[in-house]
Amino acid sequence: MTETSQKAGAMNRRQFLSDTAKTACGVSLFGLGLGMYSQQASSLPPLAIRPPGALAEDQFASACIRCGLCVRDCPYDTLKLGRFGGDVLTGTPYFIARDVPCEMCEDIPCVKACPTGALDPELDDIDDARMGLAALIDQETCLNFQGLRCEVCYRICPLIEDAITLDLQHNQRSGSHAYFIPTVHSDACTGCGKCERACVLPEAAIKVMPRKLAKGKSAEHYRLGWEEKQKAGESLVNPDVEHQYNLPKGVQYDHGGKGLIKEKVDAVPFGGNALDTLKQHKAEL
Amino acid sequence: MTPTNMPGADRIADAGWLKAHEWLLLRRVSQLSILGLFLLGPLAGIWFVKGNLSSSLTLEFLTLTDPYVLLQSLFAGHVMQSTAITGALIVLAFYMLVGGRVYCSWVCPINIVTDAANWLRKRLDIKGQGLRFSIKTGYWIFAMTLIVASLTHSIAWELVNPVSMLYRGVLYGMGTAWLIILAIFLFDVFVSRRGWCAHLCPVGIFYGLLGSKSVLRVTAMNREQCNDCMDCFFVCPEPQVIKPALKVLTDDKNPLIQSGRCTNCARCIDVCNQNVFSFTTRFNKQDGMHLQKQKEIMP
Repeated sequence: MTETSQKAGAMNRRQFLSDTAKTACGVSLFGLGLGMYSQQASSLPPLAIRPPGALAEDQFASACIRCGLCVRDCPYDTLKLGRFGGDVLTGTPYFIARDVPCEMCEDIPCVKACPTGALDPELDDIDDARMGLAALIDQETCLNFQGLRCEVCYRICPLIEDAITLDLQHNQRSGSHAYFIPTVHSDACTGCGKCERACVLPEAAIKVMPRKLAKGKSAEHYRLGWEEKQKAGESLVNPDVEHQYNLPKGVQYDHGGKGLIKEKVDAVPFGGNALDTLKQHKAEL
Repeated sequence: MTPTNMPGADRIADAGWLKAHEWLLLRRVSQLSILGLFLLGPLAGIWFVKGNLSSSLTLEFLTLTDPYVLLQSLFAGHVMQSTAITGALIVLAFYMLVGGRVYCSWVCPINIVTDAANWLRKRLDIKGQGLRFSIKTGYWIFAMTLIVASLTHSIAWELVNPVSMLYRGVLYGMGTAWLIILAIFLFDVFVSRRGWCAHLCPVGIFYGLLGSKSVLRVTAMNREQCNDCMDCFFVCPEPQVIKPALKVLTDDKNPLIQSGRCTNCARCIDVCNQNVFSFTTRFNKQDGMHLQKQKEIMP
């Protein structure tokens, strides 16, 4: 090899390395941006609900190819695709319950339309769908919480008496009425959003949110005594000692029954202290 | 630019404008009618084909899936169900037959945008390449999309992919996706000649790899007739693919354009006034047979 060609070779190598480094840097920066954008975009806004059978959000982003076939097969135009620049991951399906809720079709056409399995094909009963969870999020404005009988959310629920029940509570304000408290049960609620759609308030008091947001979780070691007692058939704390009330003479307490029971005590005509006797008479009157 | 030095001017003069734009027009018809078939649904309620280029359902039975999206999904950690995989295999087989980047020149909607940008670039008389990219840049970006997919467990590229974005936008609602399309248009006009399709787009890289062994090919079979007018180089979106075939630079003296980067757009066939180029299969390595036959018929 001549000196000049060696020099040319060196230049080429240098050129090659610098070109490669330039490209690698540029593309890596682009990739970093893309990765960060995808991470940021993958946080679903709280009121965007995925279609029935959608995989968990982190899996969904890898499984959904953004073809929109579920949107096309939804007979109620419930589903929409996230748009570039919007809050929902670009091209992925969602719905806003307050706009158009899921009508819970029995044949679940959206799941059937999905070619990739992002909507789980094993979902064959729409009642098993867990799109989100309804939560009566604002007790201050909910009419039933004011003692009124609105309960539209309860009436419209496709799984009435399973997903939403009305729980009776004493209305202390009126003293003689009941509150009919709409109560959502997470073991039955599909998150279809019909309750949120139907709420008569200008801003719904009951809202459907992704289950992760709406649902709390009790610690695994928690045990509820009365449930454990029922399961075991007896108290787990032995022996089950009857509670002793430390009461004045002649007074008894019936827990869960009559309450405080005062026995009629023969009044001592003239006790050691006349004032005490007088007070006792006054109290009995 | 005067019409006489425009690439293909000789061809237009000799064979007429229509003949000199035959394949270009066919491509436009192909690109627009595929989009049109998709649009029939939302616009007219005729659901001949549903979905978009990522995955579609034709006549309620034929599922077609973009194999590149499927590959990204695989890297992101999801194994698709058989419907999508079958759809991707059909698409794969089709492009291995007709040429991978036939997707780019006959289907992709961005091709219309970048062709328009290139046309405007010529009209504005912007000379040269502009911003240069290493030939390998596209491959880097392609690899990057797969790496980002596997790191974020998300088909991240589809968040910004202008190809699927344009289709999805037209069919389902654009959002601000038109900004990306506009950015690519302006990039190709002012920054880099054919910058997007020829250098950066990873979709093109994928289909190029797919098409590197594809059956349908453009051949410079009649290269002896070449008069070095350079028109084919001017119109070709990937001019580097022509040279080895036209100038007999390969070891086996093969007249086939062998690079997977060739999009089979056939603009070279359109503009060549010497009938150098034609479509053939990769198994046909005959050189100048056209000529010889013609000479036999008309001695």
